[in-house]
Amino acid sequence: MTKECLCQANEIVVFPCSGGSNCGQIANDVAVHLTEEGVGTLFCLAGIGAHIPGMIESARSAKRIVAIDGCSVECAKKTIEHAGLTITDYVDITKEGIAKNKNFKLSQQDVLFIVKRTKQELAKER
Amino acid sequence: MKIEILGMGCPKCKKLYENALTAVKELNVQVEVVKVEDIQKIMDYGLMSTPAIAIDGQVKAAGRIPAPDEIKKWISAK
Repeated sequence: MTKECLCQANEIVVFPCSGGSNCGQIANDVAVHLTEEGVGTLFCLAGIGAHIPGMIESARSAKRIVAIDGCSVECAKKTIEHAGLTITDYVDITKEGIAKNKNFKLSQQDVLFIVKRTKQELAKER
Repeated sequence: MKIEILGMGCPKCKKLYENALTAVKELNVQVEVVKVEDIQKIMDYGLMSTPAIAIDGQVKAAGRIPAPDEIKKWISAK
């Protein structure tokens, strides 16, 4: 591992639900896209669910906490709120017109559409 | 009691280390304050941003520099 300083605020942290459906995996892909583009930083929702203090405190120091849920079960939203963190930006993929199913051959068009929608949310003043 | 200051050693980490020393001095308690700069140990705490402070293995803050007064509250609560 390279010696890289972590001493910079993760201004925007992104929590995808990464659930077991096309929409859950689109959420994950979107978070990876946003991280690779330098828009935000993919954070580990499982770590928040496990109440790992280091992860919770790392997220707490962020200016924006983005939750991307695949569907209206809202697992990411509920997990983050259960840990006492406040979501600033929220996207529910099924509410964006993408139907939930078990086809894991993800549509890149759908992924890029949700990337665009998430960026639109982030463009709003909070 | 052991306080760990977790970070790669940049000025923010040094500032947090100084704040921890100040807190310990002002409370006049026997507390070991150590710097942890090993990235693997930092990652083992699940940290995704630093500097961070852990007291007896419990992360209290990450990605910010708590003031001595805040650190004193954590020490006193132990």
